[in-house]
Amino acid sequence: MQTRRIRWHIVVFLAPAVLVYTGVMIFPLFNTLRLALFTEVDQTRVYVGIQNFRTLFFDPIWSEQFWNALGNNFWFFLIHMLVQNPIGIALAAILSHPRLRFAALYRSAIFIPTILSFVIVGFAWKLILSPLWGIAPSMLDAIGLKSLFAPWLGKEEYALTTLALVSVWQFVGIPMMLIYAALLSIPEEILEAGEIDGITGASAFWKIKLPLILPSIGIISILTFVGNFNAFDLIYVSQGALAGPDFSTDILGTFMYRTFFGFQLQLGDPHMGSAIAGAMFAIILVGVCIYLFGIQTRMRRYQL
Amino acid sequence: MKRKVLSLALMTTALVTSAYAQEATLTIESWRNDDLALWQEKIIPAFEAEHPGIKVIFSPSAPAEYNAVLNSKLEAGSAGDLITCRPFDASLALYESGHLTDLSDLEAMGNFSDVAKSAWQTDDASASFCVPMASVIHGFIYNKDAFNELGLEVPTTEAEFFVALDKIKEDGTYIPMAMGTNDQWEAATMGYNNIGPNYWKGEEGRQALIKGEQKLTDPQWVAPYATLAKWADYLGDGYEAQTYPDSQNLFTLGRAAIYPAGSWEIAGFNTQADFEMGAFKPPVQNAGDTCYISDHTDIGIGLNAASENQEAARTFLSWVASPEFASIFGNAVPGFFPLSNTPVELEDPLAKEIVGWRDECESTIRSTYQILSRGTPNLENETWGASVAAIKGTETPEALGQQLQDGLASWYAPHQ
Repeated sequence: MQTRRIRWHIVVFLAPAVLVYTGVMIFPLFNTLRLALFTEVDQTRVYVGIQNFRTLFFDPIWSEQFWNALGNNFWFFLIHMLVQNPIGIALAAILSHPRLRFAALYRSAIFIPTILSFVIVGFAWKLILSPLWGIAPSMLDAIGLKSLFAPWLGKEEYALTTLALVSVWQFVGIPMMLIYAALLSIPEEILEAGEIDGITGASAFWKIKLPLILPSIGIISILTFVGNFNAFDLIYVSQGALAGPDFSTDILGTFMYRTFFGFQLQLGDPHMGSAIAGAMFAIILVGVCIYLFGIQTRMRRYQL
Repeated sequence: MKRKVLSLALMTTALVTSAYAQEATLTIESWRNDDLALWQEKIIPAFEAEHPGIKVIFSPSAPAEYNAVLNSKLEAGSAGDLITCRPFDASLALYESGHLTDLSDLEAMGNFSDVAKSAWQTDDASASFCVPMASVIHGFIYNKDAFNELGLEVPTTEAEFFVALDKIKEDGTYIPMAMGTNDQWEAATMGYNNIGPNYWKGEEGRQALIKGEQKLTDPQWVAPYATLAKWADYLGDGYEAQTYPDSQNLFTLGRAAIYPAGSWEIAGFNTQADFEMGAFKPPVQNAGDTCYISDHTDIGIGLNAASENQEAARTFLSWVASPEFASIFGNAVPGFFPLSNTPVELEDPLAKEIVGWRDECESTIRSTYQILSRGTPNLENETWGASVAAIKGTETPEALGQQLQDGLASWYAPHQ
């Protein structure tokens, strides 16, 4: 009779990742969710159940801010989906064209903003768009379109869209690279077979390449979704924690920061802040689940 | 032989460490990163010369992040020994949660008036937890060269003020007034709370508002918004996206004629601007009216209850409360006016001009700071938004007053 040996090496190899991940991700996550169930009364922490969430969703003062931030978040996400990802795919398609010259140069140039810090991007764009010192007004002036210029970051109706486009500029390299890699992995034989059947040029892209890269597009969409709903940095750097003008650029991240840490005379409230963080977590979780179970499992995959 | 050397080495180490143990190093948390050089070059050397055993490190963080950073540091136990105190509730909350020490027994606290101490006391004034350092005064700083060039008189009434602005605008060389609404707080701090005290009669109105006798929908609280709405025409192109540093640069580069200011700008402007500057107080409605200025208790310094150097820190705080510090600080950081009872002779002409208003006008503090910004929604933050909306004209002054009043009444009992 032989007892099965415990395979210690599995435990040993898993341990560092499991310990680190538990320590810095899983524990803080659940602790934050736990914190959301408490409130502070006279310097002592009191358990209040879901009261904080009820305040967040139904108290007019809080819910107005919450829905405003959530709506802005969806708009932020929508701009990325409608602008960043199509442009990323188009760029990848152009870059993968075998006869394009200087492809490596374009690839690096478009990808570089992705590795820049938010602080630099936010600051640089604020300067570019500044009505006082920016180059945007003088460039528009040079081509006779000065009338189109507006202090975009200071107008309620444009500020969020402008920031979303700045973020698109920064991150368009990511979908481009992922799609580019997917396009390169399509075997030549398939394209040649298509060519024999008379499918060339643009129709080769629509009929052969696009179906083959759909899983990558799905992954990019979900990365964009998670990234956008966790966004905070760019808004904070360029508009501050009050996400002006008049909260028109307020997203869940800045709303949570303001509530959790406090702002100017407003004192921080870790419990309400955690409740917002919990709501963000739930929204992202639901979004990812819809994708994983509703879309990814139904997507057709081709054996290459 | 070897052992002897070793023991000798050990002994010297022991001696050195014991010598160090008598020295204390105090770290100051502050949001005044603009003043870093002044602390390092003037204030700290003056203190260290008198108290050789104590070393002081000034470690500021960015103003907008200070409260958040400080709170996290205090919770984590990594904050410095001395805490620069924001006025009113932010510091009161720190005291109530046990992060700041009661300093009422500090002898040097006697050097300050009750008004000066009020910003850092419990509501019943039984405990004082920060040593008052300085106040800031609001008004307008102007470019004297520009005024001479255009032949303008310094305005004293509101009508004269707008006449001057019109003339500057008509001439076109200068942007009449340098202020933007992008960062929001300028509109409230340098706008609403700058000109407002003349409408609500300073302390009289402020106290009545706290007691619930006046409402934010009353004409004296709404009228400043109507005046702010008129500012928009004079703020220059794209003021909606103009940030605070943009405004400072516009003025110091000589491109704008008037700068709605707080006196804290003086030190920076002195080094940046190469033209002569003057200041005028917020214009009154009719010539001869009593003038009111916002002389806001802005900065104090307290003792971290968790500090390991309590004695050294108290020594430092007593020194901060002394007339000697007041005179060094007042002159090193012109525009932050010492609160100590002993009058301080200021050298900077602009600072002297502004502090002189204390004798001509009634002083008050910013209307939203005491008690009224305790709840949610936060009245101060709401006032920022309201002032911006007033300037941009997106809401009527009456609607803004109503909105603020509703917000305040939702949590503040005297207004319910």
